[in-house]
Amino acid sequence: MNKPETISQSTAPDEPKLQLPTIKTMAAQAEGGLQGAAAPSVPSVIRNFLQAKSSGRMADGAFATVMVVCGLSIFAIVLLIVFVLVSNSRLSIHAFGWKFFATQTWDPVSGDFGALPFIYGTVVSSLLAVLMAVPLALAVSIFLLDICPKFLRGPISFLTELLAAIPSVVYGLWGVFVLVPIIRDQVGPLLEKYLGWTGLFVEPNFGVGMFTASVILAIMIFPVISSISRDVMRAVPVNQREAVLALGATRWEMLRIGVLRNARMGIVGSVILGLGRALGETIAVTMVIGNHPGIVKNLFAPGYTLASVIANEFTEATGDLYLSALIEIGLALFLVTIVVNAIARLLVWAVVRGNPGSAH
Amino acid sequence: MSALPVRSRYVASFVTLRRSVTNNLVTGVAIVSTALVLVPLVAILGYLLYKGASSLNLAFFTHVPVPVGDPGGGMANAIVGSAAILGLASLLGIPLGIGAGVYLAEYARGTWMGAAVRFTADVLNGVPSIVMGLAAYSLIVAKQQHFSGLAGGVALAIMMVPTVARTTEEMLATVPNPIREAALGLGIPKWRTVLSVSLRTASPGIITGCMLAFARVAGETAPLLFTAFGNQFWSFDLNQPIAALPLQIYVYALSPYDEWHRLAWAGALVLIVMIMASVTLVRIFANRGALKGGH
Repeated sequence: MNKPETISQSTAPDEPKLQLPTIKTMAAQAEGGLQGAAAPSVPSVIRNFLQAKSSGRMADGAFATVMVVCGLSIFAIVLLIVFVLVSNSRLSIHAFGWKFFATQTWDPVSGDFGALPFIYGTVVSSLLAVLMAVPLALAVSIFLLDICPKFLRGPISFLTELLAAIPSVVYGLWGVFVLVPIIRDQVGPLLEKYLGWTGLFVEPNFGVGMFTASVILAIMIFPVISSISRDVMRAVPVNQREAVLALGATRWEMLRIGVLRNARMGIVGSVILGLGRALGETIAVTMVIGNHPGIVKNLFAPGYTLASVIANEFTEATGDLYLSALIEIGLALFLVTIVVNAIARLLVWAVVRGNPGSAH
Repeated sequence: MSALPVRSRYVASFVTLRRSVTNNLVTGVAIVSTALVLVPLVAILGYLLYKGASSLNLAFFTHVPVPVGDPGGGMANAIVGSAAILGLASLLGIPLGIGAGVYLAEYARGTWMGAAVRFTADVLNGVPSIVMGLAAYSLIVAKQQHFSGLAGGVALAIMMVPTVARTTEEMLATVPNPIREAALGLGIPKWRTVLSVSLRTASPGIITGCMLAFARVAGETAPLLFTAFGNQFWSFDLNQPIAALPLQIYVYALSPYDEWHRLAWAGALVLIVMIMASVTLVRIFANRGALKGGH
């Protein structure tokens, strides 16, 4: 957090560029000099091979190639995923075109497929989850950074990160047996009594539905938003805080003017990352959302998401068109999450990269 | 203050009051929110311990599932199946990930290409796991015409690569350059320097990264649904459908039978203990690494 550390770390990335090449070239020159002195007048393939080997140049080349291949394999994986998903969903792409994403029918029997209800379910449940998780996540980040006494900081941040380590299926299990009854019997009636007039919370409420799914999602994306927004806030230079405090600001004013305003891009990035996670979350959502396609305003009504329709129907799908329609949904999910994540990463980088020293 | 007219003095004190009230209010909100967030965590872990521990017995670890109605039965085959799938995934994903990390840290630092690979890895990290399952299905299951543990392992391996690559890179970046330069200065070829000096120095952190990636995929259900598929019997053949702990929990949780619910809770407890154990190990490793790294 202090200034010297910031300086020493921020200069570190420049060192290799400056120093390594010079040493390498010096070593190469020395080697070249030695070889030049001992080089025979007649070039021989075997000698060249041995020389190359003894100087490690061949091994170096081979090793570098392997590493480059490993690095480029990440591109290959993305391209491969796109390729197999596109080629396996060709049937459905040809049959429905763009209409696939704009029609509401989902009728495996007559072979008529439209993804609109799933898009609606995914968007609504994810946005609701983000709405619930963001204020909490930011409050916790602020608490852990500036308010929390030191001895509590470690345990609490460890606990919140534990939330991220719990597998999706365990959230689902807990959701089915604990959260669903609570929402059905305790929270539901309250919401209906006070917010029923909005038309968002209307009986019958069976506990499984869009609202329960959003609550589970909110719990699941909370650690993502909280830990990344904390990183981003920590990356704001200390002098910003000190300057605002020196002007006589209270802690909240310092956070608002000095920290939140500087880190806002990165915070938005962390929120979008959380959104990306929510969009693709599968198992826990599938277990509590009710799995019924439909576009209704009532949040107690069962819904369906892009990911959960794949999880729920893929193994039972009969017929090539049905399968390829589900794979096309997967392709759409893939492309959307790629775009969402790319935007989020760029925003986070924009903040953390400017002040690399204090980011971690 | 005394120079100000009386009215301004009142305004000033009112503003000060408002500011300090706001400040305290925000502090209070932050504290309450943190407490609120800890509630579901404690609720989940507590309930899981309570339900899981009361349903766990020796048979869970030694028996295969029995048909509905029969008492007893366990998930021994699922534990073994999970181990097989995760072993395969680690075998494929970890070397590839470490290689990519080495490329990023040692060969492509500061280059345009490196930035592109890094960015792609970060984006790949956020791709939903079910899409990985679909990809593995299309690549392997659709070609072979049958479900297999192999396809499940590949799906999980793909998920491990970006995580392992990025942590490896970050850990290698903490290795001080003078150490590398010392090695190069002694005439050691670059590949030896990378293997015996950089990777060696960063190894505790890299192991941490691998364990985290492992813990992350260990609980994944979605990519296994239509790759490994699950199996009610013993199966060691990775080329056949194979049972996995998360899959079994999923199926049992959604079943209408109390006996199966009991087994699902026990399975969840076992799964989470496995994951927590690896995360805790990671913490120990990471702390040791910080001491050993000495920078």
